[in-house]
Amino acid sequence: MSNPKDLLYSESHEWVKMLDDTTALVGLTDYAQSELGGLVFVNLPEVGDEITAGETFADVESVKAVSDVYSPVTGVVAEINEELLDAPEKINEAPYDAWFVKVSDISAKEELLDADAYDEFIKGLE
Amino acid sequence: MAEETLKRTSLYDTHVKYGGKIVPFAGWELPVEYSGSGVIAEHMAVRTKAGMFDVSHMGEILCKGPDALKNLNMLLTNDYNGMHDGQARYSPMCNEKGGVVDDLIVYKKDDQNYLMVVNAANKDKDFAWVKAHQSGDVEFEDISDTIGQIALQGPLAKKILLKLVKADAIPEAYYACKFDQDVAGVKCMISTTGYTGEDGVEIYTPMEDAPKVYEALMAAGKDEGLIPCGLGARDTLRLEAGMPLYGHEMDDTVTPREAGLGIFVKMDKDDFIGKAAIEAMGKPPKRRKAGLKVTGRGIVREHQDVYQDGKKIGVTTSGTHCPFLGHPYAVALIESDDRDPGAKVEVDVRGRRVEAEIVKMPFYKRGE
Repeated sequence: MSNPKDLLYSESHEWVKMLDDTTALVGLTDYAQSELGGLVFVNLPEVGDEITAGETFADVESVKAVSDVYSPVTGVVAEINEELLDAPEKINEAPYDAWFVKVSDISAKEELLDADAYDEFIKGLE
Repeated sequence: MAEETLKRTSLYDTHVKYGGKIVPFAGWELPVEYSGSGVIAEHMAVRTKAGMFDVSHMGEILCKGPDALKNLNMLLTNDYNGMHDGQARYSPMCNEKGGVVDDLIVYKKDDQNYLMVVNAANKDKDFAWVKAHQSGDVEFEDISDTIGQIALQGPLAKKILLKLVKADAIPEAYYACKFDQDVAGVKCMISTTGYTGEDGVEIYTPMEDAPKVYEALMAAGKDEGLIPCGLGARDTLRLEAGMPLYGHEMDDTVTPREAGLGIFVKMDKDDFIGKAAIEAMGKPPKRRKAGLKVTGRGIVREHQDVYQDGKKIGVTTSGTHCPFLGHPYAVALIESDDRDPGAKVEVDVRGRRVEAEIVKMPFYKRGE
């Protein structure tokens, strides 16, 4: 799967889709889901939670292990994708549709990569 | 562990060829899963069709001589009297305090020749232990590096093997074995002592011939849905089937009775190492294994504290999402008077209390 050109990426393998200057959807990249394997549980924050760039805001579990998911932005959780709570396998099936949270009031961002730079970055990991 | 000390089974290249994701495990480089399938699909293949595991890392120790039986009965808690040739019997092996040195399977070839199959991580410790405690006319020989082992598991496992062998090459009973069987031109031992809760066989080969047998089985199982399976599925399958794993449900500080293995401790036989200590602790043991079904939101893993009515009563020893049952389960060692099925507990999952209920084990039983 190629990484969509309209998204931004963190080096901890989250994607960010900016909806406007201060609102974004955040999810896990295809590389991350394929490294983690079949996901069976996702733990999401609650609406209204403040999340901070570079800090963990969710976790996902495969049958093998639990992994933290780091927030690429600082802001407030405006919405969570409740569908994932009952169907975490959607993250494996369509990682770029399976957004975790919608973040509003974004005040800071991590250094994010564009699709080409992220492609290069994961090539360096293999 | 430094990389250069890791060992490879003769199937290493075969795993790479089939897309195995190689990880270090008990001193070996082994596949945790395969890229074309993954843990969940491999688990489901074993429950519904067939899966094949390389378990060549396991240790094999020969016990031979006129006093072989006497030594097994002293070293192991189970009773090895009355076995017929071609029979297998599981047992914990205890230290003087009743803690478990290892759990293992003994296969009887004849009165003077037994094969002990032990956990890879414990093999050197076990060999030193049996050598230090042997008595009389007996010889123990570590042949681990010369033996490959393939576990073919699942409802279609025997059907697949039958394409390569005659019907009488496969033991009819569970916990039995047949020596010197021809599989794809290789002289093998075929046994039925599976670790998945499913029907199946293990095929012991000379180490260097394991790839030949493996590929012959892959070809024979192609139309039956057979896929290679890794260590990940091996662990989820054994947990779902309620089978203990050394280093989790038991170790040098846990007695077999505490680990729910009391049925394999035969107090009415002559002395064995650990007998006095186990007797002194009485039964039922204060601390005991319990199966947990997670009723809250979350996945319970090993080494998480278990609470009941706000009080810590123990710790989990294994836990994961069980793919066939589609639900998370865990095993714990707990001290509580309220531990019958239905009793409520909570588990601390990384700072979050997750509700669970004590349930009967095994979680999964074939045919139910």
